[in-house]
Amino acid sequence: MHIEIDEISKQFGTTAALHPVSLALPSGALVALLGPSGSGKTTLLRILGGLEFPTSGRVLFDGQDATGVTVQERRAGFVFQSYALFRHMTVFDNIAYGLNARPRATRPQKAEIARRVTKLLDLIQLPDIGSRYPSQLSGGQRQRVALARALAIEPRMLLLDEPFGALDAKVRRELRQGLRDIHDTTGLTTVFVTHDQEEAMELADLVVVMSMGRIEQIGKPQDIRARPATPFVRTFITA
Amino acid sequence: MSDVSLVRTPPRFRSATGESAGTRWALIAVAFTGLAILVFAPLIAVFVVALADGVAASLESLASRDARDAIRLTLTIAAISVPLNAAFGIAAAWFITKFDFRGKAFLITLIDLPFSVSPVVAGLCIVLMFGANSALGGWLVANGFPIVFAMPGIILATMFVTFPFVARELIPVMIEQGRAEEEAGLTLGASGWRVFWTVTLPNIRWALLYGVLLCNARAMGEFGAVAVVSGKIRGQTATMPTTIEMLYQEYLSVAAFSLAAVLALLALVTLLLKTALEIRHADQLAATHRP
Repeated sequence: MHIEIDEISKQFGTTAALHPVSLALPSGALVALLGPSGSGKTTLLRILGGLEFPTSGRVLFDGQDATGVTVQERRAGFVFQSYALFRHMTVFDNIAYGLNARPRATRPQKAEIARRVTKLLDLIQLPDIGSRYPSQLSGGQRQRVALARALAIEPRMLLLDEPFGALDAKVRRELRQGLRDIHDTTGLTTVFVTHDQEEAMELADLVVVMSMGRIEQIGKPQDIRARPATPFVRTFITA
Repeated sequence: MSDVSLVRTPPRFRSATGESAGTRWALIAVAFTGLAILVFAPLIAVFVVALADGVAASLESLASRDARDAIRLTLTIAAISVPLNAAFGIAAAWFITKFDFRGKAFLITLIDLPFSVSPVVAGLCIVLMFGANSALGGWLVANGFPIVFAMPGIILATMFVTFPFVARELIPVMIEQGRAEEEAGLTLGASGWRVFWTVTLPNIRWALLYGVLLCNARAMGEFGAVAVVSGKIRGQTATMPTTIEMLYQEYLSVAAFSLAAVLALLALVTLLLKTALEIRHADQLAATHRP
């Protein structure tokens, strides 16, 4: 799905989290929102997911205005920073949550839900953990379960907030490849937030560098490396 | 060979947070003595006095009309005010923890008010508001719905005094858990109401249970506010605590202490219930608690 951000701004009280920013994300791209903390990247992601509403501006999905569309109707697969798995549910029930929450008319049969959950567990290469609770999983496993739960609703896009933030270096590398693979098989437009320039450069097709609520540069990783547009970008990507 | 003796006695290390055996025993002894003097001894004394004339006499006094009316009234009051306060407590905790707004600190202080205000003062406030001498109270009495010296007044007084229990238990738990799980539920397409029932409520159920049990124990035991508001009319507005006091003033110690024993037993039952639930769901508790 093609995503267009048209002059979006966001105020929290008197502080501006986002100055008007505009951005077009091609369908099927894997996009990194890169910047230090407080740069507005998470706010932008949450606006895309419908968890925050912009103070001004529009969001367009495939050319259609989606600014006022509720979080439930956006069908954005959202992976939270600390994964936000439902701690009192098994992994199976976590992944099935979105399907069970559908209105009766569009809710799949129980057997069909089980089949889909099994398929997603295979996709994240953790076929045997359906009956476990989130607290019994490692950090990397939790992240993959959160990804499967987001994919279960057949989302129109995938949004990830610091998906590798809380993991050690080795797991991080494995999961980066895992996300790349899932992105390539599903073909979903995927946006992830990170403060790690190496991660952004290695994984993304398109990198959006942000600072202080503004977009500093948009480009392919190699272009940003070769031609940083501003002094901020230069210091940030060499840090 | 002078250091052979040193080698023979291995060095003894003590962990940084460990106390010596003597200190440990002293602390445990202090805790147990305190509990024994302040909690166990009075509790046993209540039962001893209640059974002073034998079990039969005690049961007979409990079978009296006044005692039965008092027990029924107290259970009714608890059955009405506890669920209402649970609902208000959940609503208040939800509102305070899941939204940002001005005056939040003030609202939290307001919730704590019943803890700092004397129950007698609270009772007097209700009398002033709804008594027959006030405009509102006069109108209510004229329309056949008296509040003071009647059940509604007792319920109001009980609810005022027990209001903070549920909210106070829930607020820290809900702050600790944050909003991410609820947000995850919303992004997965669930309505706010569904998220509340399937995510929020299961996550707070132990704190909620604990708050409700405390609220219930206090609701059944409340004396001050209820004494002022109820008028202590036997057979009509006398609750268990106020009846116990009246019996005691009349030197009917077996009757007073028998009723007191029942009240204490009711409190013990709620505590046992909580412990039983915790044991039964120990696995689930361990599994769902975030490491």
